[in-house]
Amino acid sequence: MNLHEFQAKEILNSFGVEIQRGIVATTAAEAVEAAKKLTEDTGTGWHVIKAQVHAGGRGKGGGVKLAKNLQEVEQIAGEIIGMNLITPQTSAEGKKVHQVLITEDVYYPGDSEPEEYYMSVLLDRANGRNMIMYSTEGGMDIEAVAEKTPHLIFKEEIDPAVGLLPFQARTVAFNLGLSGMAFKKMTKFVTALYNAYIKSDSSLFEINPVLKTSDDRIIAVDAKVTLDDSALFRHKDYAALRDEREENPMEVEAKAVGLNYVDLDGNVGCMVNGAGLAMATMDLIKQAGGEPANFLDVGGTADAERVEAAFKIILKDPSVKAILVNIFGGIVRCDRVAQGIVDAYKNMGNIHVPIIVRLQGTNADLAKEIIDSSGLDVQSAIEFQEAADKVQAVMS
Amino acid sequence: MSVLVNKDSKIIVQGFTGSEGTFHAGQMIEYGTNVVGGVTPGKGGQTHLDKPVFNTVEEAVKATGANVSIIFVPPAFAADAIMEAADAGIKVIITITEGIPVSDMIKANAYLKNRDCRMVGPNCPGVITPEEAKVGIMPGFVFKKGKVGIVSKSGTLTYEAADQVVRQGLGITTAIGIGGDPIIGTTTKEAVELLINDDETEAVVMIGEIGGQLEADAAKWYMESGSKKPIVGFIAGETAPAGRTMGHAGAIVGGSDDTAQAKKKIMRECGIHVVDSPAEIGKRVAEVLG
Repeated sequence: MNLHEFQAKEILNSFGVEIQRGIVATTAAEAVEAAKKLTEDTGTGWHVIKAQVHAGGRGKGGGVKLAKNLQEVEQIAGEIIGMNLITPQTSAEGKKVHQVLITEDVYYPGDSEPEEYYMSVLLDRANGRNMIMYSTEGGMDIEAVAEKTPHLIFKEEIDPAVGLLPFQARTVAFNLGLSGMAFKKMTKFVTALYNAYIKSDSSLFEINPVLKTSDDRIIAVDAKVTLDDSALFRHKDYAALRDEREENPMEVEAKAVGLNYVDLDGNVGCMVNGAGLAMATMDLIKQAGGEPANFLDVGGTADAERVEAAFKIILKDPSVKAILVNIFGGIVRCDRVAQGIVDAYKNMGNIHVPIIVRLQGTNADLAKEIIDSSGLDVQSAIEFQEAADKVQAVMS
Repeated sequence: MSVLVNKDSKIIVQGFTGSEGTFHAGQMIEYGTNVVGGVTPGKGGQTHLDKPVFNTVEEAVKATGANVSIIFVPPAFAADAIMEAADAGIKVIITITEGIPVSDMIKANAYLKNRDCRMVGPNCPGVITPEEAKVGIMPGFVFKKGKVGIVSKSGTLTYEAADQVVRQGLGITTAIGIGGDPIIGTTTKEAVELLINDDETEAVVMIGEIGGQLEADAAKWYMESGSKKPIVGFIAGETAPAGRTMGHAGAIVGGSDDTAQAKKKIMRECGIHVVDSPAEIGKRVAEVLG
C-alpha cells in the first residue's frame, strides 16, 4: 500500500527520523493558515507547496513550487489544488490533486552549502535480506544514476539476526563524505530510518533527497513509503491511511468483492483462476491478436456470484470487445463454474460482447455441454489453444 | 526415484484442524499420501481424520517419525510454524499459506539457513510425486506418473502444464510449486537442480513469472552444469505493465532485467527450449523428448 508524502513523513517522524516539517491543506485559505503556523513553529520565511498524489516526478509536472510570501502561498496552493497533475509516472490524463503539503523552506543559506543525498531501504530479493541503498547523487532519478555512475551507489546489507549495526551506520556517513556534526546526525538518521522501516513493516522507503542543511542537520525532504500489504493486519492505524481516490476506481471496486483485478489498456477482458494462469492468459490474448484489458484472478471459488461480480467489473470498461474466461478446475469443478457462468449471464441479461469460455480439468466435458446447450452467445473450449483461436476469430 | 516427497515420506499437517488443513489433508489422505498426523497447538491428544493431533511439531516427530510437514497455518503465525518445523528436525517443509508478511519471511529464511532442511513455498500449491505422495492442494488426477519434472511459481499454471504433458502421452516424476512470493525457500535453480539430478526425470518444465532473478539464476546454473537433460521454459507476464503487482506478491517488474522478455532471452542463451505460448508447453516437451 502506497502512502502520501505527508503520511510517510508522519510515520518516519514518529520513529525519530528528522523531516522537513509541513502541514496539509485542502484549500488555498487553509494553505495560508498552515504557512502562518509553520512560520511561527519553525521560523521559516519561504514555503514550498507540494501536491499530494501517489506519483513521483511531481516537480516536473508543476506540482512542487516555492512561495516567497503568503500571497504566493495562496495563489500557488489555489492553482495546484484541483489540478490534474501530469508527471512521468502518471497516465496522460494525470492525477487530480486533492490536497497540498505546505512545508518549511530547508534550503536556507548558512555556514556550509546544503547537500542532497539519496537513500532507500528495501528488500534485496536475491538474498532475502533488507538493504540500505544510498548515493551522493541526491535529488535525481536513481535509475539514471545507476546507469551512468553506478560507482556512486552504495549498499549496506542488513543481517536480520542483528539488524543495522553501528559500524554500518558510520560507513554510510563516511561514504557520503560527511564529517563533524553532520556525520553524527547522519548516523542517527540512518539508524532511525532503518528502525522505522522494520517497525512499520514497510516494503520500501525511498528518501530523495536526504538533505544536509547549511547548519549541518540531516533531514528527509521527501519520503516515499510503501507498506507491506500482508502485514497491515498488525498495523490497523496505517491501514486506515489508504486513500482510495489515488487508486483505479475499478480496482477498488474489485477489491471490495474480493477479486484481484488490475486495469489495463486493451480490448479483450479476461477472468482466470490463479495469478500465473491469469498472466499466461493475458499473454495468449496478445498472441491471438488482441490486447488484454485486465488482469483478473477470481481465486479458488468461481461460483455464480463471483463470476457475475467479475463480469460486471470487466464490462464497465467500454473498450472491451470480447471476454475470455479461462478456468482450470482442480478442486473446483468445471461444471459448477459453467453453471455459474450461465446463471451470471442470465442474471445480467445485457452482455453485448462475445464470451469465450475455456474450462479444463475436473468435469470439463460436462461443463462444455452446459455452456453449449445454454442457448447463450457463449463459445466453449477445452484446450488452451482452442480458446486462443476463438479469441482470434472474434477479434478479426 | 523422485524428489522431495515419495511413498515413504511421513507427513504431518501443521494447522491440521483448521478448515483449509482439514479439507486438503482429507484430499491428501484420499490420494494415498502417508499422512501420519497433524499439529494444532492446544488440541494435542485429539484425533482428527483418524490421525493423531499433537500440540507441537517436536511431539509429532517423536511419536510418528515424521520427516515432511505441510503448513496451512494462517499468515500471522505461519513463519513461526516454519521455524518450529525446522527446529523439530523436519527435513522438507512445504508452506501453502499465502500472505505471510515479508519481514516474517526474512526472519524464517535466516533461521533455516544453516539447518539441515529444505522449505518449499510459501504461497505455493505444494509438491506432488504422482501415485506416491500429494503434499499440496493440487488436483491429484491431473498428474499422471512419468518422466517429466515440473518447477513452477504458479498453481493453476502448474496444473495446466501437467495436463498438457499428460495429453502428450507423457507423465510427471515430481511437480514442485515453488510459490509466487518475493522470498521463498526453494528457488527455481534449486528445484531445477533437484530434478536434473534425478535419474528418473528425463526432461524438466520450468515455469516462471515476471519479477526477480530466479529464472535467470536457474538458466545460468543449467548452462554451467553442462547437463544434456532438456528444459522447456515459459515465463508468464509478457503483457504485464511495469511496476504493478500481478496477483502474486513477487510478480512485479522492477527493472529492465526482470521482464518476461529479458528472462526468456537469457533462458534461450543458456540452452533452454523457451515457448512463447503457454498453450505449447506440452507439445514442446514431446518434441524435445523425441
